[in-house]
Amino acid sequence: MGLFLLKRVLTLIATLIGASIVVFLVLEILPGDAAQIMMGPDAAPDAVRALATKLGLDRPPMERYVHWVTGMLTGNLGDSYAYSSPVFDIVLERLAVTVPLALMAMTLTTVLALAVGIYAAAQHNRMGDVGLMAVTQVGIAIPNFWFAILLILLFSVKLQWFSAGGFPGWSDDPWLSLQSLLLPALSLAVVQAAILARITRSAVLEVMREDYVRTARAKGLSQRATLWGHVLRNAMIPVITVMGLQAAELLAGTIVVENVFYLPGLGRLIFQSISNRDLIVVRNCVMLLAAMVVIVNFVVDVLYAVIDPRVKASDI
Amino acid sequence: MNAPAAAREHGVPSFLRRALGHRSFVVGATLTALLVFAAALSLFWTPWSPYEIDMPKKLQPPSAAHWLGTDPFGRDIASLLLVGARNSILVGVIAVSIGLLVGTALGLLAAARRGWVEELIMRLSDFTFAFPAILSAIMMTAVFGAGVVNSIVAIGIFNIPTFARITRASANALWSREFVLAARACGKGPWRITFDHVLPNILSVLTVQVTIRFAIAILAEAALSYLGLGTQPPQPSWGRMLAEAQSLLFQAPLLAVFPGVAIALAVLGLNLLGDGLRDLMDPRLARKR
Repeated sequence: MGLFLLKRVLTLIATLIGASIVVFLVLEILPGDAAQIMMGPDAAPDAVRALATKLGLDRPPMERYVHWVTGMLTGNLGDSYAYSSPVFDIVLERLAVTVPLALMAMTLTTVLALAVGIYAAAQHNRMGDVGLMAVTQVGIAIPNFWFAILLILLFSVKLQWFSAGGFPGWSDDPWLSLQSLLLPALSLAVVQAAILARITRSAVLEVMREDYVRTARAKGLSQRATLWGHVLRNAMIPVITVMGLQAAELLAGTIVVENVFYLPGLGRLIFQSISNRDLIVVRNCVMLLAAMVVIVNFVVDVLYAVIDPRVKASDI
Repeated sequence: MNAPAAAREHGVPSFLRRALGHRSFVVGATLTALLVFAAALSLFWTPWSPYEIDMPKKLQPPSAAHWLGTDPFGRDIASLLLVGARNSILVGVIAVSIGLLVGTALGLLAAARRGWVEELIMRLSDFTFAFPAILSAIMMTAVFGAGVVNSIVAIGIFNIPTFARITRASANALWSREFVLAARACGKGPWRITFDHVLPNILSVLTVQVTIRFAIAILAEAALSYLGLGTQPPQPSWGRMLAEAQSLLFQAPLLAVFPGVAIALAVLGLNLLGDGLRDLMDPRLARKR
C-alpha cells in the first residue's frame, strides 16, 4: 500500500504542476500583455505600464511562475484588480458557499443514485426497473441549468416555498442559508444521480451473476442478506470510479448553477471576474477548481485501491 | 482488408434488420434525424425571420401565427429554435471532430509506439482531465473574449483525452490479437498495421463515442451560451434563449420551457442512438444490461 500511495502522490504532484503550467501559460503568457487586457483597449499606455510593473509582468516568465506557485503555497495570491483586496480572502469567502453546495450535491447524488440503482437491480426487468431506467435516461439528457430554472419555476414562482436566488450568509441566517443551497444542490444532483443510478444498477446486476453470490443463495441466504453482505461491496468499485469523475462534473457545474441562483460562490466569482477582466482572480480560481478536481480524483484512486486490493497489486 | 472488418461488411443488411428491431436505436435515430432535419430546414426556411425584432408582438402566447409564441423582442420562438438546432449541430460537429481527430491520432500513436511515448500521452491526457469544458472555456474567454469559436475549441480540447484513452485501450487490445501478429510476421510496419488493421477495427467503438461526445458537446455549448460565454447575439442559441427566459419567469414561464425541451430531446436522441449502436455492435454488452 505504501508504494502504491507514494506512486499516486507523485502522480498527483506532477498533475498539479502540469495544470499550473497550463493555467499560467494560458492566462499569463498567451495574452501577450495581460495588463492591457485587464485595463481594456482604450487605456492610457502609462497606466498599462504602471499596472504591468505592479503585477510584475516586466519580470522573466519563469520568475513570475515560481512567484505565483510560492504565493499559492503560502496563501499569498496577490490583490484583485477589481476588488482591490487580497484574492485569498475573497476566494476563502466564496468557498464557504461553493464547498457546502458541492458536498450537498454529492450527498444527494449518492443517496438518490444508490437507492434507485439498487432498487432497479433488485426489480430487474420488472415494471419498477424499466420505469426508473426510462426516467434516468431522461435525467441524463436534461441540462442542469435548465432543471434549475424548472425548479425555480415550480418551487419559487408557483408554490413560493423557496426564494428564486440569493444567499443570506452563514453568519446572518444559517438555516435560510442552508435552505437557499437546497434547490441548487438538487439541480446539480438529479442529473448526476441519473448517471450514477444506471452505473449502480449495472454493477449490482453484474456482481449478482457471480458464482459466489449463487453459492450464498444456494446456502439459504436471503436475497436481501446476499445483497447487503456480498453484492454491494463488490458492486461499489465501478460506482466509486464514476463518483470521482462526477465530483469534477459537480465542481464545474457549480459555476453554472451558482449563476442561475445568484449564489456568491467561486463559480460566480470567476464569472464576475471575467466581466471585470480581473485575470488575477480568474487565474487563481481556475487553478483552485482544477486542483480540487485533481485531488478528488486522487482520493478516488486511493479509495478504489482500499476497496479492491487487486488494483494496487496490479499497479505495483 | 482484414478478416473482422470484412466480416462486418457482409453483415450490413442483418445489422439494419437488428437495428430496426432495437427500441433505443429507433427512438434515438428518429430524434437525431429530427434534429438534423430541423437544422437543415432552417438553412432554407423558418416560419419568421429569427433576427427580425418586432416589439409590438413581444411575449405573445402560442398561436396559429407563432406556433410557440414570441420572445421579449417579438421574435418567433419556433424560428429561433430551428436556427438554434443548426448552431448546436455546428458546435457539436466541429468540437467532436477536433477531439476525434487529435485524440484518435494520439491514442493510435500511444498504442503503436508504447514505452515513453504512451506514458507521455497518457499523463498529458490525465492532466487535461483537470480542466472540464466549462473551465477551459472560461480560461479562453478571459483571454480572447466570449464567442462561439472559443467555446468550440474549449469543448474540442476537452474531448481529446477521452478519444485518446478509448482509442489507446481498444488499440492495445487489438495489438495482441492473432491477425495483427500475423501481419507483423508478414513484415508489415507499425503504421501499416495501424491503418490497415487497428483503425478499421476500432471504428465501431469510436462511432458510439462520437454520439455520446456529441450529446455532451451540445450540453456544454448550451451551458456556455447560457453564461454568455458561447454563441453571441444576434445568432440564436438554445442556451442563451434560456438565459433570456430566466429574467421573465414570472411574466412568461413558457419561454423557459421550449429551449430546454429542445436541448433535452437532442441529447436524449444522441444518447439513445449511442446506446443502441453499442448494443448492436457488441451484443455481449446488450445481454449484460
